[in-house]
Parts: sequence; structure tokens; C-alpha cells
Amino acid sequence: MKLLSGIGSVVLTFLAATGRVAVFAGSGLSHCFRPPFHGKQIIRQLIEVGFYCLPVVALTTLFSGMVLALQSYTGFARFSAESAVANVVVLSMTRELAPVLAGLMVAGRIGASMAAEIGTMRVTEQIDALSTLSTHPMKYLVVPRILAGLTMLPILVLIGDIIGVFGGYLVGVYRLGFNAVGYIEQSWSFVETLDVVSGLVKAGVFGFIVTLMGCYHGYMSRGGAQGVGIATTNAVVSSAILILVANYVITESFFSK
Amino acid sequence: MTKSSKITWRDVHLAFGPKQVLKGINLNVEKGESLVVIGGSGSGKSVLIKSVLGITKPDTGQVIVDDQDIVGCSARDREAVNAKIGMLFQGGALFDSISVWENVAFGLIQTGAARGSIARSRAIDVLGRVGLDKTVADLSPSELSGGMQKRVALARAIVNEPEIIFFDEPTTGLDPIMSDVINQLIVSCVRDLGATAVTITHDMASARTIADKVAMLYEGQIIWHAPVAQLDFPGNEFVEQFVHGRGEGPIQMTVRQ
Repeated sequence: MKLLSGIGSVVLTFLAATGRVAVFAGSGLSHCFRPPFHGKQIIRQLIEVGFYCLPVVALTTLFSGMVLALQSYTGFARFSAESAVANVVVLSMTRELAPVLAGLMVAGRIGASMAAEIGTMRVTEQIDALSTLSTHPMKYLVVPRILAGLTMLPILVLIGDIIGVFGGYLVGVYRLGFNAVGYIEQSWSFVETLDVVSGLVKAGVFGFIVTLMGCYHGYMSRGGAQGVGIATTNAVVSSAILILVANYVITESFFSK
Repeated sequence: MTKSSKITWRDVHLAFGPKQVLKGINLNVEKGESLVVIGGSGSGKSVLIKSVLGITKPDTGQVIVDDQDIVGCSARDREAVNAKIGMLFQGGALFDSISVWENVAFGLIQTGAARGSIARSRAIDVLGRVGLDKTVADLSPSELSGGMQKRVALARAIVNEPEIIFFDEPTTGLDPIMSDVINQLIVSCVRDLGATAVTITHDMASARTIADKVAMLYEGQIIWHAPVAQLDFPGNEFVEQFVHGRGEGPIQMTVRQ
């Protein structure tokens, strides 16, 4: 009986949390389409997500592309398929690695800082102050961040795709001795529009997840510094898990036969 | 409710989960009156004023501002009511991502009442009224002392020339001299604006300086409400104990051994 009530309590808590996130997401999205819009805040968040995350996304995708080329070469050499390295790099980067790695890195870099900033605003009554100053906190704090996540992550991933393929090219040409023109030609001819588009769709969804989780956990934080710390951790962990789940779902919807 | 009532709480009940915070509040503040609400920590004083701002919503009862019940009112009505109110939060609740003058002018800019250089000069004028010169205008709130932050928060509360001003523990954390300076500023601002003021405080010196009337909140109910002149001889043993800060009396502090 105790076990059943324990399971029931966990399920109810999970469902309640899911409901709260869904209501928060619905409210955030609906405010995206209703004026007033806080242009200054939107620009600030676009810079925060797009510009300040670029170095970390670039480095991650560069080294992932390089490692991928090296690993696939050593693996494929076992059955004399070394020539497929360029194909594997371009396909893996565009479809999977660039969006997932960028999503995870942005979750660590931006999701955490959003949760910490909004959480601190919550516990110091700055969010209450906003509503007393004729400003809807959802419009001022949440909408700019969600818009920034939705728009900037696909751009970051597009740049990450190019840098990742370039990483594979560097290793392929300068370390493994592939022909430079041949490597580029092979990558270019193998990649299809759907590969890139699926990655960009994933990026948009991951951007939404990261910013939503950062805002949600920050907005709901309670109880001072400890509450803000918990919110920050929860934002990163829940973003990472949701990114991986959403990655599978989107991959299924694009590529299942 | 009398003819000149500005704010009336009528049989207001409010609970957070199992904890009943307000248990049938009946209280009236007349136009132009300065009411101070005293009571122990956690007695629900802040919740009382937040119920007017819409930050907390009563479970039952009415909160009436200018003859209009604002519990569950539409977003537009809520905005109109909040536009009449200025609020000084306990910790100041200044936005740390923007400068001092932008904090003061925040409400003006958001409502479109003033923009750019006009908003800035209005903010500097009001900063002057609270005894701060224009050299602080471009500083960040974190660069100011506690007393200066309180003054900036006061400037932000009065910049819109509100009809109602709430002060949530305005002198907490300040030295006695700075407390008196803030008290005098509150008195002069309220008098100059002809505003109705509700102040939450534990500070009896503050209550004596600011109040026309004093109300005491105890265990979720208003147990005493009288002119400030009666504060020293209230004829109520709870108020007497609180005003004189005695450990012995009908109010028992729960101290875990």
C-alpha cells in the first residue's frame, strides 16, 4: 500500500509539474504575438544567445568534427571504407551533432544564466516590482528570451554545421591525407537539404526548450540563494533531458521509414 | 466603507497551502490618509498590500479601490488600478541590469508617459526630491549604499505621482539617522502628492512619524485600528506588548528548544 501511494505521489507530482510547464509555455508563446513588445530586451537577448554562445558552439562543433573524422577513419579502415569519412562527418554534423551539442552547450551557457537572473529577480521582488510598474513580467522577461532561443539557435547550428564539417576537413586533409577538393566535393554532393533542415528544426525546438526551462525554473524559484541555485541546476538538467528526448522524437518524424 | 474610502479590505481570506495567512481582514483607508500596519514577522502584512497589487489573490472577500472591487478583475482593469499605485519594496527591488535613472523612469517609459531625455530629466528631478544629486543617475544600483538604494526606490515609487503609495518596511536595515531621513522623505512625498499611503513596519519610530492611523495585524486579523496618538495607550494588551517590545505578554513567540 505504501509503495502504491509512493508511486501515485510521484506520478501526481510529475503530472502537476508537466501541467505547470505547459501553462507557462502556452502563456509565454501567446504573449509572443501580443503587443507591447520590448524591443531593447529582445535585442539584448538575441545578442546574449547568438553572439555570446558562438565561441562555445564553434569550439564544440570544430573539435567534434575533427574527432568524428579521426574515429570514423580508424573504424572504417577495418573494412576498407575510409572514403566514406567525408560523408559520415557531414551527415552526422548536420543531422545530429551540431544541433544536439549546440543545444546542450547553450543550455549550460544560457539556460543556467537565465534561470539565475530571473530567479534572483524573483527572490528580490524585482518581478513583483515589474508588475507594479505597468510591465507584464512574461512580456518583459520571458518573451524576449524565448524569441532569442527560437531564432538564434538555428543560426548557431548552421554556423556549427559549417565549422564541424571544416573540422572534419582539417583532419581529413592534413592528418589523414585526403585530397582537399575531393573531400569538399564528396561532402557537398552527399548532403541533402533535408539533412540540414532537420538539424535546423531541431535547433529551433532545442532553443525553445532551453529558454523555456531557464525562464520557467527562474520564474518559479523560491527561498533565496539556495532556491536560485536549485532553479539553475533544474534548468540545465531538465533542458538536457528534454533535448535528448525531443531529438529522438524529431529524428523519428523526419527519418523513420 | 465610508464615502471617502480609498482602499477597503472586506472579509478577505487568503491561504498559502494549509497556512491561512489572512483570516477575514476588514480594514479601511480613507483618501489622503497615512495608515501604518504593524504586526509580527510572518503575520501577513506584506500579503495584505500585495493583495491590492494583484501579486497575491485573496481566496474570498473583496479588495475595493475607489469603489471598484479588484479581486479577479480583468487585466485591463488591473493595469488601470496598478497605474494609480506606487510601491516601495522592502529590499528596494531595483533592477540591477539598468542604471539608477532608468530604474526611476521605468514606469514612465513603459507607460509611454515620457521617453529619452525627457524621462531622464524627470528621473533626475525626482532623485533631487529624495535628496540624491544627478551624479548618481548613471550609476548601477549595486554601486549605491542601502540608504541610497531606498531613496532611489522611493523616487521610483513616486515618479508617476501615484494616488496610492505602499511602503513595505521602508527603514529595515538602515541606521537610525538614515531611517529618520527616509521617514521624513515619506511624510513629505505623501503630503506633497496628496496620496493615500499604507506602510508596513516593525519600527515604532517610523510608525509614529509616518502614520495618521495605525492598525495591528495579528494571526491573520486586524485586532486594533486607531489614530496614532493612541499608540502609547492602546487599551489592547497585544498592541501594548508589541509597541513596547516586551517578551512577556499575550503574544507568545514559538522558540524551538
